[in-house]
Amino acid sequence: MSGLIYLTAAVLFILAIRGLSSPRSARLGNGLGIAGMTLAVVTALALVPPQRLLLIVPALTIGGIIGVISGQKVKMTALPQMIAAFNGLGGLAAVFIAAGEIADGGTRYFGSAAGLLIGALAFSGSMIAFAKLQGLLPGRPFRFALQHPLNILLGAAAFALLAAFSLWHAEWLFWALAVIALLLGFLLVLPVGGADMPIIISVLNSYSGWAAAGIGFTLGQTLLIITGTIVGASGAILAYVMTKAMNSSLLQIMTGGNTQASSRDATAGREDRTARSGNPEDAAFIMENAEKIIIVPGYGMAAAHAQHALKEMADVLRQKYHAEVRFAIHPVAGRMPGHMNVLLAEANVPYDEIYEMDDINRDFGNVDVAYVIGANDITNPLAKTDPSSPIYGMPVLEVERAKTVFFVKRSLAAGYSGVDNPLFYNDNTIMLYGDAKQVTEAIVKDLEK
Amino acid sequence: MIDLTTIFILAAFIGYFVVWGVTPALYSPLMSVSNAVSGVVVLGAVTVAGFAENPWAEACGLIAVVLAAVNIFGGFAVSARMLSMFKTREKK
Repeated sequence: MSGLIYLTAAVLFILAIRGLSSPRSARLGNGLGIAGMTLAVVTALALVPPQRLLLIVPALTIGGIIGVISGQKVKMTALPQMIAAFNGLGGLAAVFIAAGEIADGGTRYFGSAAGLLIGALAFSGSMIAFAKLQGLLPGRPFRFALQHPLNILLGAAAFALLAAFSLWHAEWLFWALAVIALLLGFLLVLPVGGADMPIIISVLNSYSGWAAAGIGFTLGQTLLIITGTIVGASGAILAYVMTKAMNSSLLQIMTGGNTQASSRDATAGREDRTARSGNPEDAAFIMENAEKIIIVPGYGMAAAHAQHALKEMADVLRQKYHAEVRFAIHPVAGRMPGHMNVLLAEANVPYDEIYEMDDINRDFGNVDVAYVIGANDITNPLAKTDPSSPIYGMPVLEVERAKTVFFVKRSLAAGYSGVDNPLFYNDNTIMLYGDAKQVTEAIVKDLEK
Repeated sequence: MIDLTTIFILAAFIGYFVVWGVTPALYSPLMSVSNAVSGVVVLGAVTVAGFAENPWAEACGLIAVVLAAVNIFGGFAVSARMLSMFKTREKK
C-alpha cells in the first residue's frame, strides 16, 4: 500500500517539473508537487510507531515554519543565496541521515557513505557559495599555492575512504570521510568567482539530489532514489547549459582558471581609444525617436535593483512613444540560472516580452536602440573574433548591430572576465555612467516630460 | 540491489527528458522546485528517527527531519512566489 502511494508521489513530482515547461502550467505543477509531498510525508508518518511522533511532528513543524518564513521573507534579489542555502541544508540532512543510520547499526555501508560524501560536499560547498553571494566572502576567485594537488589528494582520499568503509565498516573511516568531504566542498567552491555562480549553484543543486538518491539506496526507499536522481539530473543539465553558455568547463571553473589567464590582456590596445559618454537626457532623446528597442539586463541590474525602473522605462516608451520594446536575456546573466527572468517577472514585465538569446540575436540588426544595463562580457564581440581571449567561443548578444548602443555602467572597467570590451569605443556606442537604477530613473523622468 | 539500480537508471532517463523540456525562463523556479522535492529525504529522516534503537541515531534523524522540512516548505514557498509573478501582457 505505502509503495503505491510513494509511486503516486513520484509521478506527481515528475509532473511538477514537467509543469515548468511553460509559465502557464507551472503553478499547477507546483501544486502537484506539494500534493505529492503531502502524500509521501503523511504515509511515512503513519508507518512510524505513534509514540515517536511526539518528537517527529514538532521537528517537522519547526522546520516547516522556518522554511515558510524564509521563503516568504526573502527578497527576490537575494534568491541565489537562498537557493544556495537550501542546497546546503538538503546536503546536511543527508549527512545526518547517513550518520544516524550508521549509528543505529545499519548495514548498507556503501549507500550511507555515498550519501554522506555527496551530502557533505553539497553542504560545505553551498555554505561558501552562500557566503560569497551574500557578500560575507569576497566574490573574486580565491587561490593559493598547491591548490590543485591538494584538491586531487583530498578527492583521492575521499574515494579511498568510501571504498575502505564499504569493505571494512570501521566507524572511524566514516567520520574521516565526513571531514574530508566537508573540506573538499570548501576548497572546490572557494576559487569560484561571482560570474561563475550560475554554474556552481547548479552543480550544488545536483549534489543535493544525488545525496538524496544515495540515502534512498541506504534505506531501500525507491521514492528517494527516483526523486534524488531527477533532481541530480536537473542540476547537472542546468550546469551543462550554463557551461555551454560560457564556453567553459566545470574543471576550469572549480580551479578558477577562467580568470587566471585573462588579467594580462585586460589593458592591451586600449590606450589610444576613447569612449563616448552621454547623459540620461541624450539617451531619452534618442529613445523617443526609436521604433524598436531591445533591453539587455545583466547582474548590474540585479545589484542596483533596477528592474522596476526598467519596467517603467519600457512602459513609457511603449505607451507614449509607441516603440516596440523587448528584453533579451543571455543564459548566464546574473548569479543563477533564470535570475533575470525572475527579477523582470517581479517587476511585472510580461514573460512574452522576454526573449532568450538564440531567439532574438538576429533581430539586433534592425533595432534602433540596444540598452545594455549592468552587463558587459555577454555582449563582448571578442568572444567571436579573438581566439586568444579567455571568453573566446562564448555565445554573445550581438548588440553592436543596433543603430545605437547604450551601456549603463559604473565605469569603463573591464567585465568580470577581465577582458576589455571593444564595443565601448565604437561610434554607435554611448556610455551612460552611473548606478543602473538612477540612470534609468533619470531617463524615465525625461521621457515623461 | 539490482531492483534499486534499475529504478535509479530509469529515473535518470526520466529526469533527463523532463528537465530538457523546462523552459529557460523558468530555470530559477526549477531550482527551487527541485530543492523542495529533494526534501523528500525527510522520508529517510522520519524512518531513522522513528525506528532508531539508540538515542544518537534518533537525534540525528530528528535533526535531519528539521533540515529537510525547511527545504520542503521553503522550496515550495519560494517557487509559488516566483511563479505567481510570471504573467502575460494584460489584455485591454
